Amino acid sequence: MSLLELSDVKVHFPVRKGILFDRVVGHVQAVDGISLSVEAGQTYGLVGESGCGKTTLGRAILRLVDITDGEVVFDGTDLAQLPEEEMRRSRRRLQMVFQDPLGSLNPRQNIESILAEGMDAHGIGDTREERRERILKVLDRVGLPDHALGRYPHEFSGGQRQRIGIARALVLEPDVIICDEPVSALDVSIQAQVINLLEELQEQLGLTYVVIAHDLAVVRHISDVIGVMYLGSLVEEAPSDDLYASPRHPYTKALMSAVPVPDPEVEDTRERILLTGDLPSPSNPPAGCRFHTRCPWRQPTRCDTERPGLTDIGGGHKVACHFVNEIASGELAPTSALAPDMLGDSESPVDDPGGDSAGDSGEGEDAASGPASGAPGSGGKAAGTNA
Amino acid sequence: MSTESNEPREPREPDTTPADGAAAPETDAPEPGTTGSPAASTAPTASTAGDPPATGAERTDSPLTKARMSKGDKIDRLAQLTARRETSSGDSLWVAAFRRLRSSKMAIIGAVIIGVFVVLAIIGPWIAPYSPTAQSWRGEVFSNRGIFVGPRAENWLGLDNLGRDELSRLLVGARQTLLVGIVATLIGFVVGALIGGVSGAALALGGRVGQRIDAVVMRFIDMMLALPSLLLAVSIAAVMGQSLTTVMIAVGVVQIPIFARLLRGSMLAQANADYVLAARSLGVKRRRIVLAHVLPNSLGPVIVQTTLVLATAIIEAAALSFLGLGNLDAAQPEWGVMLAQSQRFFDQAPMLAVYPALGIIITALGFTLLGEAMREALDPKLRS
Ligand SMILES: Nc1ncnc2c1ncn2[C@@H]1O[C@H](COP(=O)(O)OP(=O)(O)OP(=O)(O)O)[C@@H](O)[C@H]1O
Ligand code: SF4
Ligand SMILES: [Mg+2]
Repeated sequence: MSLLELSDVKVHFPVRKGILFDRVVGHVQAVDGISLSVEAGQTYGLVGESGCGKTTLGRAILRLVDITDGEVVFDGTDLAQLPEEEMRRSRRRLQMVFQDPLGSLNPRQNIESILAEGMDAHGIGDTREERRERILKVLDRVGLPDHALGRYPHEFSGGQRQRIGIARALVLEPDVIICDEPVSALDVSIQAQVINLLEELQEQLGLTYVVIAHDLAVVRHISDVIGVMYLGSLVEEAPSDDLYASPRHPYTKALMSAVPVPDPEVEDTRERILLTGDLPSPSNPPAGCRFHTRCPWRQPTRCDTERPGLTDIGGGHKVACHFVNEIASGELAPTSALAPDMLGDSESPVDDPGGDSAGDSGEGEDAASGPASGAPGSGGKAAGTNA
Repeated sequence: MSTESNEPREPREPDTTPADGAAAPETDAPEPGTTGSPAASTAPTASTAGDPPATGAERTDSPLTKARMSKGDKIDRLAQLTARRETSSGDSLWVAAFRRLRSSKMAIIGAVIIGVFVVLAIIGPWIAPYSPTAQSWRGEVFSNRGIFVGPRAENWLGLDNLGRDELSRLLVGARQTLLVGIVATLIGFVVGALIGGVSGAALALGGRVGQRIDAVVMRFIDMMLALPSLLLAVSIAAVMGQSLTTVMIAVGVVQIPIFARLLRGSMLAQANADYVLAARSLGVKRRRIVLAHVLPNSLGPVIVQTTLVLATAIIEAAALSFLGLGNLDAAQPEWGVMLAQSQRFFDQAPMLAVYPALGIIITALGFTLLGEAMREALDPKLRS
């Protein structure tokens, strides 16, 4: 049994309206039936465009949001059913690193107090000295100097702040750390340092990670298994190399084609798919295959009516698409109704100014920080292939 | 109006352009009530959002509260805006705010006025040239015949209708007036913060039950807010009878809903901050989260409000005294009472009314100036 197993997890946020009395008028289906398992000591990468529910899923694992339905089995216990106090205690073993390093640190606490808080909550360390010793050890591990102890978060750089966030999680000696876009708020030059640190820590401490990113380049290096999310559910899951070598789901193909390849020859000739349309609203997701409104391979009726399940096509490679085999064999070509234009060779998808138009503004900032972090698959232009 | 309007996280707007993102930190949320604002999702706390308890029961939009909605909204807005900036820049916000305050003429004038007033209130009884209650010049003033004594060498501001030294009464009265203002504000602050704090804590971290508690409390608070404050104060004073304590309580009660709503709004904004989520994920207990994280970071706007309320309290206390609900005990001169008593002789000796009135106005102005300057320093966007 895996260390962490999710089965059919749903998180629906009620949408309320009302003058005098609150009425629930609908639900935002942020996470809608996700099953996955994470092996001890491994890294599960979770990718998907902005708003697809990655953060919500990450929070659901720690039960920071209410789980509407499904099981989150960690080390044999279903966290979704745990009483509040027991859940609180199990959080020692499941920690989180946040996207916004500064925002996730209380501006009025110094580093020692930030790091001691978790130990305090779980009764780790009897004396102040004992705790301080442990804190200093962890600070050393994440590469922060001892004199950081008495400083406040705003006195550090972005990368250092994220190290503080990592130290805060580490000090509790957790088994699993969920990293929600751990580097997307950082400069590109610092991103690599933090990713390397996470990898080192995993090697030294045998940690299990769930790494969330909207950027395929980030998860590629550290993930053993990658899950691709679209509108609240997984569309493809595969061992990292496998997914990169042969993406099967049309959405994954589109995401991949947004990542530039270093080799100019390959870059010029590779297949590029840009998606039309906007991400549908999670409060009113499309029937049938959730991706059918934007899928270039969409087939009549079946895609619109029947929701494809995540099925194993061999070697742990799972895809949720009715026509995965036909697409792979070339039997089906992308429909021209959705892909009217062929892109010119010179036009790189990441340079496309419309590339962010569907993303929220936070993503716009990210896109500026590096070419590899262009919003995947959110292009507002034509879809097409370029052989 | 949407009930989740105070969620920093909005459903995504497909037609948001990247340009919006760049401009967002400065434009900020135009109104906390508007949904789908692209700016709101880029605010520093945006990524923190997702706290389902905070989703519900936010806007209590009953017909009763409609009348005062704008007031309530303004309070919430102040709470949110100041709170949000605070998370983004930490202690440096206070440093920056103080620097802005120091260079603001408004703040300096306000501070000087308050300084003088406070000093007078403290040392007044010692520097007063005569006893404020002794009718030493009883024989020189005949109010029924319209004979008053104006400023002269021994009595700089003249005598009152009972032959007491006006300057001494003003100096000693300053202390009473300050006392009324402070006690009334304290009542409003303590009770209001308690109600708002409980309500905010319940809503932010108390799950569904908390939402219910908050909804009930806030509807009550909104009802209080909907009543004209002076009417409320007069009713309380009328029930409790005539005394200085009555005035303090009546004026204080009026401030309760304002403080309550402000603190609650501010706490709510903080409760959605990432560091609160981080504390929860560490396994920190709810009580500690509220007391150690949410509350200390929510106090900024409340402190500003305290300064502003001091001004209102002094004026309202004077108004109640003027209406004859204050303390008529001559042993304790108080500006509001002095004003009330001098109105009978306004034709013959207008200055007897002008002195305490000026005192009240200038003092209230001082607190207002400082309060507004502090508000601006904490959030320049509210300037307009
Ligand atoms: N507390 C909440 N109440 C209502 N809706 C929410 C809440 N939190 C998130 N949502 C909605 O759920 C959906 C998924 O949000 P989530 O934050 O999980 O996306 P994400 O994949 O992490 O996106 P991003 O890359 O922007 O971080 C979004 O449509 C969002 O508006
Ligand atoms: S099921 Fe149909 S719409 Fe969905 S991804 Fe496959 S081909 Fe596209
Ligand atoms: Mg996210």
